[in-house]
Formats: sequence, structure tokens, C-alpha cells
Amino acid sequence: MSKNIINFIATIILAFVLSFFMPWWSVMVVGFATSLFIPLEKRAVFFMPFLAILVFWFVYSLILSGSNDFTLAKRIAILLPLGGSSFLLMLVTGVIGGLAAGIAAVFGKQLSLVLKKS
Amino acid sequence: MKYIKLILSFVLTIAIFYALNTKFGSIPPIGKFLNPYSGVWQNETDESISGEILIPELKDQVTVHYDAELIPHVFAQNEIDLYRAQGYITAKHRLWQMEFQTYAAAGRLSEVIGEKALNYDRQERRRGMGYGAEQALLKMKEDEQTTLFVQAYSDGVNSYINQLNPQNLPVEYKLLDYKPEAWSPKKTALLLMYMTKMLAGGDEDIENTNALRLFGKERFDLLFPDFFDITEPIIPKETDWSYIDVPQTPTPNSKPVLDSIAETIDKPDPNYGSNNWAISPQKSATGNAILANDPHLGLNLPSIWFVMQLSTPNHNAFGATLPGALAVISGFNQYIAWGETNATRDVIDWYKIEFNKEGNQYKYDGKWKNVTYRIEEIKIKGKESYKDSIRYTHHGPVVYDKNFKSDNEKTGYAMKWIGHIGGNNQKTFIDLNKAKEYSDYLKAISNYTAPAQNFVFASTKGEIALWVQGKLPNKWEDQGKFIMDGSKPENDWQSFIPQKFNAHTLNPKRGFVSSANQHPVDEAYPYFVYNDGYETYRNRVINNFLESKDEISIEDFKDLHNNNYNLKAAELVPYMLKAMNIKNFTTEEKVIFDGIENWQYNNDMEEVGPSIWNAWWNVLYDMVWDEFDVEATAIDAPFTYQTIYLLKTKGDDAFMDIVGTEKVETAKDLFNLSFSKAVKNLNEWKTVNGDLNWVNYKGTFAGHLLQALPAFSRFDIPIGGGKNIVNATAENWGPSWRMIVEMTSPPTALGIYPGGQSGNPGSKYYDNFIDDWAAGKYHSLNFLQSNTATEVIIGTQTLTPSN
Repeated sequence: MSKNIINFIATIILAFVLSFFMPWWSVMVVGFATSLFIPLEKRAVFFMPFLAILVFWFVYSLILSGSNDFTLAKRIAILLPLGGSSFLLMLVTGVIGGLAAGIAAVFGKQLSLVLKKS
Repeated sequence: MKYIKLILSFVLTIAIFYALNTKFGSIPPIGKFLNPYSGVWQNETDESISGEILIPELKDQVTVHYDAELIPHVFAQNEIDLYRAQGYITAKHRLWQMEFQTYAAAGRLSEVIGEKALNYDRQERRRGMGYGAEQALLKMKEDEQTTLFVQAYSDGVNSYINQLNPQNLPVEYKLLDYKPEAWSPKKTALLLMYMTKMLAGGDEDIENTNALRLFGKERFDLLFPDFFDITEPIIPKETDWSYIDVPQTPTPNSKPVLDSIAETIDKPDPNYGSNNWAISPQKSATGNAILANDPHLGLNLPSIWFVMQLSTPNHNAFGATLPGALAVISGFNQYIAWGETNATRDVIDWYKIEFNKEGNQYKYDGKWKNVTYRIEEIKIKGKESYKDSIRYTHHGPVVYDKNFKSDNEKTGYAMKWIGHIGGNNQKTFIDLNKAKEYSDYLKAISNYTAPAQNFVFASTKGEIALWVQGKLPNKWEDQGKFIMDGSKPENDWQSFIPQKFNAHTLNPKRGFVSSANQHPVDEAYPYFVYNDGYETYRNRVINNFLESKDEISIEDFKDLHNNNYNLKAAELVPYMLKAMNIKNFTTEEKVIFDGIENWQYNNDMEEVGPSIWNAWWNVLYDMVWDEFDVEATAIDAPFTYQTIYLLKTKGDDAFMDIVGTEKVETAKDLFNLSFSKAVKNLNEWKTVNGDLNWVNYKGTFAGHLLQALPAFSRFDIPIGGGKNIVNATAENWGPSWRMIVEMTSPPTALGIYPGGQSGNPGSKYYDNFIDDWAAGKYHSLNFLQSNTATEVIIGTQTLTPSN
């Protein structure tokens, strides 16, 4: 298995576990931690945790919302405003989680590079 | 380079955290708000209605059966448990609303939504809302039982709040990024003040004073008569008042103070009103008395009402409750049914106050009297608090002074309001829930102070009654119509009308009782009552309907609730159509003229007549009363009924003239002029919004309590009716709860309201009643006679003592 896939899977698993104990920014902790312990290279540093959390949050909200006919999602997608599209709202949710995780991962990577050198 | 990258990425990490965790303007903290673990996705669910919940301090188990409408049927072993459970269950479905309404009542909205609410909050503090709630709380505390129950309710709400975690916080808290605070008996008092303000918070004293100053006494009396030429009062005209042996307060010949104020505090919507009626067994198709109630209030989501069944082994009540207050407000039990309409009466008066140089004393009875200060601290989200120091006289708070809507250093205007006097109005409803017969009902309502209500009553024994109940000042003739001199003791309220002399009727000969916010009594009633904005149309349609039939059925009741007859238009339009000059009409005018000529005066959805009438009347009314368009002066134009009366009987009066033109206009000129202008307005509206049919033109909506946030509101509700119509559904107010109770043993009832039991916009129960309500349908209220889940029950939850 490539490191990318390992990082992807580990990010999701860790994010899932931490979601039980920590607020939303646990995804930043996850992005940071996985990039320290499962270091990736180049763009993957950002994109693997980004994609992992995007998928995780997208699917998680899909499961919650889908079992309730997207009643609230449709309303929130008017509020934000996303034209009432619950799909777009799930995508935005995923992107936001992904961004937070990805940026924290870049920080983790930079830190690991500094630590390695010293 | 590596260090620079490290620092950059660190800064970026902190920045993204801050950006996603902070509220910017009206945008919620987006990471907190949208994450699937604790954000709004967790609200994407119906409420749980099964299982066991541990509640501290319960004495016994409480069972809550839910039916398919999500109406909770609560079975407790004693009243303290019952009200604890009511608090818990209400909070479970309506927590955000109940708290938000008390914030609004207390003038604390700035804490939640920031500085933009500051002017509103200042006004509510000046109005003395918090002061009034404290007075009410003192009165409640004088009664041991009320104290216990209100505390139990409060603890019940708090049990729910304590069980909340970030996941299941109602969605509005997540949106505005704040948390609920603990509930307290004071919040219940504030909720009752909120209702008092809504229903007894209006007056025209300052506006009347300006009108009197500008037009003189004779003209004022023509425009604002105490009684119109016709009166169809709530208490039948033939009532014999000779038993009243306490006279009206003698007139001291005191002169009004002809001061001018530019702007007054907001008044509640004068269109809030209601209908209720009951028929005796003799008039009933089934031989049982039947009662109906439909309070007309703002159409909001979550709805102002929450329907519940509340029972102990000793009583069993069912009906509409107000989230935040105890017991059923409009409903029934095994023996009686009751409902309310607002009983408008002038219970706000204004006194001019003359201060000393320091502003800490005011003139009264030739002496200087000390003011007391009440410091109001308004907390503002993200800003420093605003402090307002409000002076209180023995009349009440000095609302207008140099710090608020006035600039005179040495004078101010103090408000005397029944809402500041306090009263244990909660007890009335707790006792009504347990009442078994007329005498219990009478005892329950007799201590009720405000907002004065027309309490309709019917019993399984076949009795019907109606009391105009409230604590009502016994005023001298004309007292409080205008601003009074606050330094003269004779201008104070001298006494109250003894409760037993409040107007009422029991089993009247005509076989029905009814009220629709009209005049409570005619001139024969021995106390001073004057037209304070009484309704003059719905009452006549209702009474005509009830008089015209010998045997009235439940179907007739439904028809009457949904009656769209526009008596107001019917009293003026034919007169105008006949009087107008139609020779020189343009084609556009001809089309609109035909539209209204063919109208049968029903405000049905697909008619264009009501739209034309509405547009026309608005223009005409403003044209008639152009004299009232005075800059920087608080003034109200005369009431609709008197306007129509003058148009038809005094068409050449000087008021009909348009001041800005050289020609001298009469009513007939105004008909044509206003019609042409209305046609233009209508065609402009049509270009932008499409079809002129009434449902489209009216655009009824139920707006979310947060300024009708579109995402959580319902627009374009398909329903007819309108202002001054029995089906009083206007743009944003209307029959907020329709109830019909047949006094079988036990009673059989129907009820519906424009909303849903859940306060969660993510629940299918959030607005699921609206379509049936709009269609004039009703839901059967499943009045369970014992703590057994019948086939109508879809879930049962047990509240169990945790200690």
C-alpha cells in the first residue's frame, strides 16, 4: 500500500475516533498528527488529509441528513446561501473540514522537517 | 527558509482555526456550525419520543404519550410533577423560542444579536418590562401553590437544559453562537409580560392629544366618538346593570395637557385580535353546548402555541399552551371548555411630569416628591454594556425625557400601565385547568388582572358564559384619553371597577355568547368605556350567523371560522361604485372597475376583488386623512369604521378636501381620484409580481422568530380571509389556534394551528399543520381518559425520578 493511501485511511480512522471526544477542530489535530507520523511528499501533504476529511465529513453528513429526507439541509442551504441544494451544502461541509485538516497537515510537515534537521 | 515556511504554515493554521471558529456578522462560525459531529447536521432529526428519561426531584413516574401530531399527553401523579414535566417537555420541543421570547420581553436581544437590537432593548426597558415582571413575580410568590408550581416548571426546563450537549443544542443557538441560560420563575413572569405588552400595550393618548391640539374638541369628537352610530357589544344590549351600586368616579374637570411629542414607542400591532363564541344546548344540533376560540396573533415559526394534554388523577386538561407559561391557556377538561379574546380597554395613561432642577424630584400635590432610579444595564454582544438610568414616579416609569425621544430638561412623561401593577395571572390558568363548573371558572378568573380578556365558557352541563375580565380602572369621564397633568392627584387612577361589576353574561336568552374584540358594552354600562380601537366587523358577521340559525352544528362552526365575508368592503364599495363618475375611464380603469363590480365581497383566494379593494382603500384612507400627515408629530388617523361613516354621511366635510390642491374635493371626488391611483398601483404591482388574485396579492407567510429568516419560514401560504374578516388571516397574522369543543362527556374537540409541535426546523413536525390549517381543516384532539396508550399513540416516553 502506498503511503498516500495509508495516510488517507489513517486520517479517516483517527478523525472518526477523535470525533467522540473533541470539537470540530479535532480534524486539525488529525491532519497535524498524520503528517508527523505518516509523512507525505509535495502536494499530497495537503491533498491527502484534505480529501480524507472531505470524504469523511461529506459521507457523515449524508448519512445524518439522508435518514431525515434532507429536511434541515435544504433549509440551511437557503440560509448560507447555496440555492437550497443539500448536495452543495455537504460538499461545502467537506471542503471546510478538508481545508482545516490539510492546512494543519502542512504545518505538521513543516514542523517534522525542522525537527528532523535538528 | 524552512523556518519561514514553518512560521507561515503555523500562522495559516491559526488563521484557518480562527476563521472557522468565529462568527462574522450574520455568518455563523462555519466550522463549528457545519461539522457533522456537533454542527447543524446533528439537528437533522425528529425528536425522540420513546424510552426513559431520568429527571431529578420528580416524586413519581410521569408518562408522556405522543400521538401522530406530536402532541404530548402527559400523565403525572400530582400537580408538582405535572408542571415539572410540562417544563421539561416544552423545553424539549421549544427551548430556543421560549428563551428568545423572554429575552425579547426583557429587552435583552442585544446580548444575542448585537448592537442592532439596542434601540429595541432601550425601548423595552423604558416601557418597564422587567419592572412589571418583577411586580408580577412578587404577586405570584404571595401564593404558595403558584410558587411551587412555577418553580417546578422552571426546574423541569433546567433539567432539559442540563441534559443538552453541543450536539443537540437547538439550531438557532448554533447559528447565533450562544448557549441557553438557566430558566427561572422570572422568565415565566417575563413571558406573561410579553403577552401583556402584545395585547394590552397599546394606547393613543399622545396621538389623541396631538389631534385635539390641532383640530379642537368639536372636530376631535366627530372623528373619534366614544361609541360609533352602531354598537353590537360583547355583553348583550338588553343587560340590566341596575345591580351595580358603585358609581363611576366623578369628573374633576381636569384639563388635558396639550403637549406635542414627535415620536412614541412602538405599539403592538393593533390588528391582533381574536374570535370566540359558544352556543347553548338549545341552539346546538346535537343538544350539547359547543365552544370555539381562535386567537389572532402573529403567524410565526415556531408557533406561539404548543398543544398538550396535562393530567393528574384529579384533573385532565387539554389545549393550547404558551411555551414558558404553565397549564393550558385555551382548551378544555372533562367538564368545561374555555377560550380567550383580547378585551381592549384603556389601561395605559400618560402623565406630564415636572422635575426640579436636579431632576430627582417631581411636583405632586403642591409638593416635591422623590423619584426612584432604576439602572438598566443592556449587555451588547461584542461591545461594552449600555446603561440607562430610568426615573420612576408613583405613576410609573418616566419613559420620555431628555434621554429618550424628548429634549426638554425639566419635563418628562410617565407611563401608568396595568402591566406594572403585577398580578398572579398564572394562577388563573392553573385553576381553570381544574375547574369543574361555572363557579370554579368564575373563581379562577376573578383575580386575573392583565391583559384583560373575554373569557368564554361552556360546560358539559350546558351552561355558557362570557366575562370581560381584567383589573380595570374606574375612570372619570374622558380620563386618560389625553396626556394628563401628573402633579394633580385627581388625575391618578382613583380606584378599580369591583371585579363582580365587570361586564359579563351567563346563559343569555339568545342562546349564544360571542366576542370579537368589539365594544364590551353599550352606553348603558355605568362605567367609562370609550372606543379604544374596537373591532366593528367580525362581531357583526359572527352574531348574524349565530342568530340566523336555530340549530348549529360543528360544520357550521368550521364554516364560521373560515368565513371570508368582507363586511367592511360591502358597506362602502356599492356606495362608491354608484357615486363615481365612470364616463372618462381609461381601458385599464375599466378592467379594474369590472373586477370589483363583479365581486361578491368574499375574500376568497382566487378573487381579484379583495386585491382591488385593498389597494383602493389604502389610497382612499390616506387621501381622506391627509390632514394627519403632520411632520414630527405622533398622530393617528381615525378608525376605519368612522372613516367609512363620514365618507357616506358627511361627504362634503372639510376633511374630505385634499389640502395640497386648489380645488375643494368632496368624498365623491376622492372616490375617483383614489380609484385612478389604485389602478396605477395595482398595475405596477402586477408587472412585478404577477397575477392580482387575492392569495397572490396578500402573500400570507409564517415567519421565523428571527426576523422571518427565509430558510426557516413558510411563504405564500394558500389561504383567503384578511383584516376585519372572521377568517382574519392577513399577511402575517391570523387565527393562530383554531379550536372547536363539543361539550359531550367527556368533551370532543378539534384543533389546529399554523405551525407544528416541533421547534426544530429539521423536524417534519416543524410546520406540518400549515397546509391543513390553510385549507380550513381540523385535527381531532385525542383526549385520552386514562394513562393507556391507545391506537392513536405512536410513542411513549417515561420520565423517571433519578433520586
